[in-house]
Amino acid sequence: MRASETIAMTTGSPDSTRTATELRGVPPRGERLIEMALAGAGLLTVFTTVGILMVLAVESFEFLKQVGITALIFDTQWTPLFADKHFGLWPLLAGTALTSLIAIAVALPLGLLSAIFMSELASERARKILKPALEMLAGVPTIVYGYFALVVVTPLLQRVIPDLGGFNALSAGLVMGIMIMPLIASLTEDALYSVPRSLREAAYALGASKVPTILRVVVPAAMGGISASVILAVSRAVGETMIVAIAAGQEPHLTLDPRVPIETMTAYIVQVSLGDTPAGTLEYRTIFVVGTALFLLTFGMNVLSYRLSRRFRGAT
Amino acid sequence: MSGAQLSSPTTATTRRRGLYSERAFYALALLSIILPLAMLAIMLLGVLKNGGARLSWDFITSYPSRKADHAGILPGLVGSLYLMGLTALIALPLGVGAAIYLEEYGKQSRMSRLIEVNIANLAGVPSIVYGLLGLGLFVRILHFGRSLLAGASTLALLVLPMVVLVSREALRTVPRGLREAAFALGATQWQTIRQVVLPIAYPGILTGAILALSRAIGETAPLVVIGALTYITFVPDGVDAPFTALPIQIFNWVSRPQKAFIVDAAAGIVVLVLTMLILNGVAIYLRNRLQKRAS
Amino acid sequence: MRPAVFQSTPPPRPSPVKLGVDQVRAWFGSHQVLHGIDMQIPEQSVTAIIGPSGCGKSTLIRSLNRMHELTEGARLEGRITLDGVDVYGKDVDPVLLRRRVGMVFQKPNPFPSMSIRDNVLAGLRLTRSLDRSRAAEITETALRGAALWDEVKDRLDTPGVSLSGGQQQRLCIARSLAVAPEVLLMDEPCSALDPVATSRIEDLIHTLKTTYTIVIVTHNMQQAARVSDYTAFLLTGELVEFSETNRLFTSPRDTRTEDYITGKFG
Repeated sequence: MRASETIAMTTGSPDSTRTATELRGVPPRGERLIEMALAGAGLLTVFTTVGILMVLAVESFEFLKQVGITALIFDTQWTPLFADKHFGLWPLLAGTALTSLIAIAVALPLGLLSAIFMSELASERARKILKPALEMLAGVPTIVYGYFALVVVTPLLQRVIPDLGGFNALSAGLVMGIMIMPLIASLTEDALYSVPRSLREAAYALGASKVPTILRVVVPAAMGGISASVILAVSRAVGETMIVAIAAGQEPHLTLDPRVPIETMTAYIVQVSLGDTPAGTLEYRTIFVVGTALFLLTFGMNVLSYRLSRRFRGAT
Repeated sequence: MSGAQLSSPTTATTRRRGLYSERAFYALALLSIILPLAMLAIMLLGVLKNGGARLSWDFITSYPSRKADHAGILPGLVGSLYLMGLTALIALPLGVGAAIYLEEYGKQSRMSRLIEVNIANLAGVPSIVYGLLGLGLFVRILHFGRSLLAGASTLALLVLPMVVLVSREALRTVPRGLREAAFALGATQWQTIRQVVLPIAYPGILTGAILALSRAIGETAPLVVIGALTYITFVPDGVDAPFTALPIQIFNWVSRPQKAFIVDAAAGIVVLVLTMLILNGVAIYLRNRLQKRAS
Repeated sequence: MRPAVFQSTPPPRPSPVKLGVDQVRAWFGSHQVLHGIDMQIPEQSVTAIIGPSGCGKSTLIRSLNRMHELTEGARLEGRITLDGVDVYGKDVDPVLLRRRVGMVFQKPNPFPSMSIRDNVLAGLRLTRSLDRSRAAEITETALRGAALWDEVKDRLDTPGVSLSGGQQQRLCIARSLAVAPEVLLMDEPCSALDPVATSRIEDLIHTLKTTYTIVIVTHNMQQAARVSDYTAFLLTGELVEFSETNRLFTSPRDTRTEDYITGKFG
């Protein structure tokens, strides 16, 4: 029973009969239970990570027991679904690297310039329209981009590059570049925005005009944040699945030729998932091996990006 | 111009060398933002042009078919809606709960640091890896099978970091003074959260959650991995039923060589994008209405 | 340098000690804001705490109802007693303490999602259920107690935030009164108000002290002189002087007090 329950409010005076001992009490048990339940919800996210690591590790371990790690590293062919099985990861890595590089080649200049435009050049009103518009670009489902790459971009490019395959790294990479460009734009804009005003004013006071100030003073000062955004974008490109699964093909080639069909790590996982591969078989396990490689790659880049953006934030 | 009047030297009337290149730079920067947006417009209009004619009530209420011009999207649409509801049911309590713990209880404890770093990490894991988790954990170990429940559980874990993020942001907008006022009245922590903090944060949480879910509805890769079916001629009748979803159906059509199926895919995309737009619209409407009521 | 503190418990005390402050030291992280405060706050009186900004007066008042510890990294040593019981004792629930020691804040902070009525009842509703007739009774008593009843009785269901600043602050006082506390802590309650609203609150404090023990932090010396029976002067986390208000303002014993009240600094 709470102390004040018995107070006669009509008298408007606190009850003088209350004794000091009424301060003593333990918080109701419900409070503790609720806190524990909420902490449990938080901990579940940790279990998600543990779950990912465990699922990947268990199946990969079984695979390595059967095949060995040397095959993964020293073979240059990836043909687990054929009778003559090879397990060299390099073709998939090359496919992923190729599409990601093309994507970044598109996304970096576009993202950087549009960030500069929004943070330094655009009027407040233009910014208010352009920023949500760019966010929309990032919100379109990747399957739509995949469709666009296969049905629109590839035929268009084939007019210019006659020997371009129906599936190819080029058009998948280009479209993926458009998709990840808003990520670079938005993070770079944040980085530019956090460059102190005084730095710009110092440059203006020296008689520098706007563009040189941006390019020589503001952008270099924001370099940490910009690099962090680019690394994060690469990580996103590496993990991107549907565009490459639809438009880049399913032929693991160890090549950097953007005109021919290739296969990325993610596309391979999709390819096997679509087929009828029973659990416990070697083919089934390969997708976890590829998944592990994918996870390690993106995890490494995410950590690097986080470190960079932290260091740069600490510096300003 | 945003505060640039103060110091911008371009307002000088004297002609300077380099003014020309300055204009060129401005144009280039503007172009780099217009170009992707133009592409987005072309993409969406192209889809509409290609699939718009195929769109009809029949298309929405029919099952997939081997003949492209008889095929419909019903199982995909229903599957996606079920998936979304189920995902919300799983992800919202967990995500909002975790957010409340981090914002209101945990603060500097070691556990909340661990949870925080972990969530930041999970946000960067490719969605297809969540698919592998779903396949290994929900489909195999927990024996959900290739069911709606397995799909929704996987998507729930996928959107969890985003739900936590938006919920934390909403909780942070509640002024500290209101919490103190409640504490000073002798309210316990949970009473304060339940009756003072959540009523104010709730529009923000709701809006953010709907946006997170509308992202989930467009996810394809994890569902492919856990084995959503691509050809299904019934509507799922329970959480343990096999299922398909809008993006899966579209993926299936876009992978066919026949031109007519590509048209089906375009029509499917129109349905998918419309569904997402409606969701986003609902989120914006709710936010405006609830905010008006609160102020 | 550690100057001598004139520890003058106000002589002939008409009423017993309500709150005892004994060697209280407080920190934010590694920054110490209170350096051993000793005070005996008498029952049913108004005690003002004055001093320049940053002297620790807010921290001191917030340690009285254990609000200080809600701030991240905050720490406290020493003893604070309510009716002789250590409020930082092992088995004391701060929630129960705060129901007996109410607090009004610097900025009026009615709950934005609640009506005037719900704001008054918030403290009770937050903690237990209430039947209707009793709710109506408490609403009226508390609003009358805060001298707000006549102004709002016809619009109890309108949002609390629709009131003027001064009314909002009196609503916050009513909200505290509804919980039936014994002590009312006021942390610069008038600093966000205009002079008219301020004088209404000051009148209210006069009425309230017949029932409650009031501790008020103020940066306004005139206000302290007008409303309080006792005044404590804090400087950089130390209690320089604590005595009857009249004496402190007319014949301060410490030169620093004199410098402060004559406006030489702060």
